Amino acid sequence: MTLSKPGPQASPLSQPFWDGCRERRLRLQYCPDSDRWVFYPRALDPHSWSTNLQWRDASGRGTVASFIVVHKPGHPAFQDEVPYVVALIDLEEGPRMLSNVVGCAPDQVRIGQPVRVHWVEQGGEVLPKFIPEETA
Amino acid sequence: MSHWDCAIAGIAELTPTRRTEGETTLGMIARVSAEAVADAGLEPAAIDGLLVGPQVGETPQHVPATVSEYLGLRPTMSNVVDLGGASGAGMAWRAAAAINAGMCEAVLCVLANTREATPPRSPNRNPIREFDVPFGASGANAAYAMIAQAHMHHYGTTSEQLATAVAAQRRNAARHPQAIFRDAPITVDEVLNSPWVAEPLRLLEVVMPCAGGAAFVVTSARRARTLRQPPVLLAGAGEKVTHRAISGAPDLLSGPLKPAMARAFQQAGVDAGQMDLLSLYDCYSIMLAVTVEDAGLCPPGQGGPWLAAHDLSAEGDQPLNTHGGQLSFGQADLAGGMSHIIEAVRQLRHQAEGRQIANARHALITGNGATMSEATALVLRREQ
Repeated sequence: MTLSKPGPQASPLSQPFWDGCRERRLRLQYCPDSDRWVFYPRALDPHSWSTNLQWRDASGRGTVASFIVVHKPGHPAFQDEVPYVVALIDLEEGPRMLSNVVGCAPDQVRIGQPVRVHWVEQGGEVLPKFIPEETA
Repeated sequence: MSHWDCAIAGIAELTPTRRTEGETTLGMIARVSAEAVADAGLEPAAIDGLLVGPQVGETPQHVPATVSEYLGLRPTMSNVVDLGGASGAGMAWRAAAAINAGMCEAVLCVLANTREATPPRSPNRNPIREFDVPFGASGANAAYAMIAQAHMHHYGTTSEQLATAVAAQRRNAARHPQAIFRDAPITVDEVLNSPWVAEPLRLLEVVMPCAGGAAFVVTSARRARTLRQPPVLLAGAGEKVTHRAISGAPDLLSGPLKPAMARAFQQAGVDAGQMDLLSLYDCYSIMLAVTVEDAGLCPPGQGGPWLAAHDLSAEGDQPLNTHGGQLSFGQADLAGGMSHIIEAVRQLRHQAEGRQIANARHALITGNGATMSEATALVLRREQ
């Protein structure tokens, strides 16, 4: 029996993000009052506490802030994937997002590496993963 | 002037509704908090204390850190107050006590709940569950491996340096009769040859969960002087919470322990160099390197070489985790962090048989939670 991977559990507030993923669009909240982008989705901008948040398309570009190679996953459903890369991605718009770097061997990933969003279907959802920019 | 000398300066309330639909507790906390802080005429950044209730549905644990991250707050005092219907009133005096103790200046006290017609499928709907777990990043290993990778990349810290400290702590554990690994010595090579867990961290650099317990009793210094044991005084304390998920960490190379330790040292009127014992939270090897840097024992980036260069035993030039640390004494869930306090008290009472630090007077204790998110530092002092 294959254990299914835990998918995102959206709330109405975060649903536009996951709907965007399904359309292959990286949609984030943007606050015009602070001129800052916000991720993960919130009821207010954590910088200004303004509730004047808008959904906007982000570029999908970023750089690797740090990364790890998982050999013993915290959730057993990921056992078949090891070794795989989990990375912190600094999006061009500012927010930092946790994701996977795929499309290259784990030993090809570097801190500072430019990456681009790459859509991966996983258990009926579409997740924003990232691939090295040079292979995009 | 009243006994407390504190006031309630801002208030807000959401309109009660029979049902909520699609609301999250975090979202409701955010809205009512913003109103209360605005009512007080304060900026969000002025809030440096946070008291929350336990019933935050998306967040069974690490509630203050999750609320802080959501609101962008970085409080120097935070707590869950779990007193049922007395929680709100319980928050008021605890906030005043923390202000009077010099731990913070403006405390947000907030309670909110949803009431869905159909309760959510999973009780755990926090942001980590939604935005980290689907990417195969459950648990703390991933977070500390991210920190280790960044430290190695930016500072050149090596696995050998970290393994040296792990092996030294294991030697310390051999001298503690209750340490879980007291009879299991390890070498640096054995640490370096243990299997990867989350590269660049290996199995023997990762704390092993176990069962156990710890407790202590606090009373006034005056009363303690009349009791059985040599008094060990609380000389200084500091606290800081900055985020919950590793993606929310303001800095991967330095943590909230830095300001927490600075406040504790300032209150105690001492500096890191005066500590006879460093009783440092060691969930992972890398945490030791970051903490000695944040304590000011060495410049940023020099934690790895510092750990490798010093003798960390009770007779050494810098005794560190003489009970073995949690890596070798054992991490009995939350009591694991308390083991650092128990060992410090033993050393300062001069009752650490077989591993006593000569003339021990001061100890630094650090506590660390979540993903280098929640930090508390204590300076304990033996009364002369």
